[in-house]
Amino acid sequence: MPKKYHIETKKIPPRLPKTGKFGIVDWREDCARCHNCVKKACVFDRYRQEMQFIRDLDEFSSMFFECMGCFSCVQKCTKGLLALTVNPEYERMGNGYYTPDIILTTWNQAETAGIPVSGAGYRGKFTGSGFDSMWTDMSEIVRPTRDGIHGREYISTAVDIGRKPKVLSFENGELATVLPPLVDVPVPILIDMFPAEYRFPNLVPMLLTVAHRTGTMMVIDWEDHELLGEYRTKYLSNIIFYVGKDTPLPPPEILAKARLIEIADSGDVEGRIGQLKAVNPDLVVAVRVELDARGEQRSMELALSPVVEVIHIVADINGNQTGVERPKFIKDMTRHIHTSLVKEGVRDEITIIAGGGIALAEHMAKEIICGADAVTINMPLIIGLECRLCASCRDGFECPAKIESITDEYGVGRMTNLIAVWHDQLIEVMGAMGMREARRLRGETGRALFFEDIEEETFGRLFGKRISA
Amino acid sequence: MEGSLAKESARKDILPGNTAKTLVPQVEVARVVKPAPPRYRNEIAKYIIRRSSDCTLCGKCAEVCPHGVHVLKPGYKLFSAPHLNVCIGPSCAETDHYCVDLCPNRALRMVENPMLKAMGDYRWTPDMLMATWRMAETGQPPSPEYGYDYETGASGGGLDRLRFRFPEKPPVELSDEEIDTSIVLNRRDDGRPQVKIDVPWYGGGMSFGSVSNVIQLSKARAAVAFNTFTCTGEGGYMERMKPYDDHVITQIATGLFGVREETIQRVRIVEFKYAQGAKPGLGGHLLADKVTPAVAKMRETVLGISLFSPFPFHSVYSIEDHQKHIDWIKHINRRTLISTKVSTPNDVDMVAVGSYSAGTHIVHLDGGYGGTGAAPDIAKKNIAMPIEYGIVKVHRFLTDEGIRDKVTLIASGGLRTAHDIAKAIALGADGVVVGTSELVALGCIRCSRCESGRGCPRGIATTDAELAGDVDIEWGTQRIINLYSAWRQELVGILKRFGMRSISELRGRTDLLMHLDYTNDVEMK
Repeated sequence: MPKKYHIETKKIPPRLPKTGKFGIVDWREDCARCHNCVKKACVFDRYRQEMQFIRDLDEFSSMFFECMGCFSCVQKCTKGLLALTVNPEYERMGNGYYTPDIILTTWNQAETAGIPVSGAGYRGKFTGSGFDSMWTDMSEIVRPTRDGIHGREYISTAVDIGRKPKVLSFENGELATVLPPLVDVPVPILIDMFPAEYRFPNLVPMLLTVAHRTGTMMVIDWEDHELLGEYRTKYLSNIIFYVGKDTPLPPPEILAKARLIEIADSGDVEGRIGQLKAVNPDLVVAVRVELDARGEQRSMELALSPVVEVIHIVADINGNQTGVERPKFIKDMTRHIHTSLVKEGVRDEITIIAGGGIALAEHMAKEIICGADAVTINMPLIIGLECRLCASCRDGFECPAKIESITDEYGVGRMTNLIAVWHDQLIEVMGAMGMREARRLRGETGRALFFEDIEEETFGRLFGKRISA
Repeated sequence: MEGSLAKESARKDILPGNTAKTLVPQVEVARVVKPAPPRYRNEIAKYIIRRSSDCTLCGKCAEVCPHGVHVLKPGYKLFSAPHLNVCIGPSCAETDHYCVDLCPNRALRMVENPMLKAMGDYRWTPDMLMATWRMAETGQPPSPEYGYDYETGASGGGLDRLRFRFPEKPPVELSDEEIDTSIVLNRRDDGRPQVKIDVPWYGGGMSFGSVSNVIQLSKARAAVAFNTFTCTGEGGYMERMKPYDDHVITQIATGLFGVREETIQRVRIVEFKYAQGAKPGLGGHLLADKVTPAVAKMRETVLGISLFSPFPFHSVYSIEDHQKHIDWIKHINRRTLISTKVSTPNDVDMVAVGSYSAGTHIVHLDGGYGGTGAAPDIAKKNIAMPIEYGIVKVHRFLTDEGIRDKVTLIASGGLRTAHDIAKAIALGADGVVVGTSELVALGCIRCSRCESGRGCPRGIATTDAELAGDVDIEWGTQRIINLYSAWRQELVGILKRFGMRSISELRGRTDLLMHLDYTNDVEMK
């Protein structure tokens, strides 16, 4: 039996007190001392843990917010002295896109490597913007394997990065087509460069170790290559050096051994690709395209070039188009690029990697359904290290999560856990869809439900034109 | 094409003579509304009254309040904790007994309860939770003076944006007694019994394991009272449920836990669960902590080991395979009806037609936002369509295929109130299945901790004996009876406003609905 892709994980506890959602307000001064205290009866044992937490506290940084929000103590207290609130610190976490819920679930996933499971039905909005405006489909009967849940190890999440021939030709029964180089990664997640304010130098070797452990690759600016130290050669097959348009190319000894390299979009993309291929014809070259006002159009132009193999489209960290007043979202831009290339008949020849706004595992699956072959992530990894997007670092202040001083075991472990659990969740979604390969998931919009379409099909016929935004 | 045993209208003579029937005397439960007060000392209220230090303990507030909010027990110097859940809030200011105004020292202040922010969610708002508790307590729809905005949630779509277009005046004046809320579950004319339920809903499948046996029995007893059904879920069929056999649907799910011919022969409806809306395509999931000795014994599994039901049935890969399943059950139990529970994929309409052709009596659609004891968050939010779309799609397709009146279409998956039930029927369902609402009636607060550790801290979705002991079976039965009663009154009220004598007249009447996000200018045929 062939070896199955598997990421080793282990629980990596948080370094900091968790900023949980709920907090109990305790009005002790009116306590009746009834000796029937509901705190002892907390099903989750949170009060005892809180006392322990306070005893162990070496500095005042946060309160204990591990309450599960069941209200049992609030409702059972003989004097009605307890009240439950939403922790204001929790509400302040993140930004409009990376919500407190996303941050908390990312922390938990990075800690446990376990798929988040909860009871009761879905609690959220009916629909929303961005990735929340679509659902993935499922198959009532068709299964990826006949073993159901026990056959999930046969679902492949591997993807190929590079240019693929449109057709294969044969002469005298032998393959006559020269196959272009391909890079295969076992999971459609690549690690991207971080925005400048989140570039902690100590993270770079850890990220590379994570890429190696998970079998994926990370993008790093060639100008920062010295941060890699000895890892530069050790894990070169997991590195995608990014070369800016005015940056000199890496030396031939690097290019000769690299598998994939990324260049900035410029007026001389084909020339640069030619230079790189001259050194190493087996090198796969990706072109990084910022999704600004021209990003979509530029991606389509590049895709029509016979020498471009991979396009890496990048939105901002929240998944939005840059430099325009009313930005489009990454999912919609990807879908547009994908369908345009399908119409042009070139989609299968080019690889599209998409980044920006991929905050949850579900976003990865949806982005692939919308047309990306693979995604790049950065912010979820740093959130996995207990970042709460407070932006202190952006303003030049010290990181309250002290990310600059994390240990290798912690950093590598948490980020590996996160990629592992995203991989597991992708398998959940693909399993439900009856899909056996992530390659086939790409662009499968027929196996998704888009809010606008299904609303029109269902309610448009009954109630006329939709008037809300 | 119809199932081989579906073509059995000529076989009426063999039914139900050779059918195994329950040998256990069936229990009767009276459909009587009785007060069933909340089981928690401090019930959560929409408004709270703050008492300042200016209070002189004169007792005026307790004296004037007809609802009994303020409690000053004889012989006590201080007020006990107030019964805030019976306070009617700011609407009381228009009465002559508003404690805040009548307090001689102006020591009282009424504010909206800040804890509500921590309670509920977009689908189950605090108002909806509190109104459901109120209905379960009193058996009546909550009085408008309480100010509960409970008819819709705050999800911003689907049922929460649909409203009925009531005529200014009912076209026909009807009394409550003239209105029929019953529906029939067998429309196939295949010689099998004509099962009729008095209300257009029945209780959803919750296994022993996902909930305690007290909860299962409370649901079953309420189902008896309302001549409807409850479902065992996939965890097997407790011996203690035998006295309610005639109102129990036994479920055959992919794990086949506790499925035996004997249990199949007891019941009037057998349900095949192909998928569950909350986790379509993923199978069932009972975490290890809940696999207690009793659960393990009934499911014939190992203590303390997580139980995953596979997906799908390993013996079903086509409609023909499905038909074999149905034939199998029809052979074992000649009086039973078959329900097929599926989730809502893109091709749910085809699935429904296929299931009908295989011989099912009931097509049960479970939408993506349905309840569960445990499911991956990624599945609950993202996989398959919400039930609102599924109902319309299937109703439309069955109608176009000319078989709409030969199959009973049941919907579930996030239907929370009588108004949701009415809207689902107006969209095209014959009836619905409810689940979470029953649990809310029993004190569920939607904290979503059903799956963790010992299970539900509220004593509902648990197999822990100590926690489960928090719920009394008589109390639980009464709470669900009260909720059902209040719902029925609300449904009757809706039908009266439309001048309809039967709930079946409402089916598919989308012309009576409007959507707040649409122009609503489509002319209906």
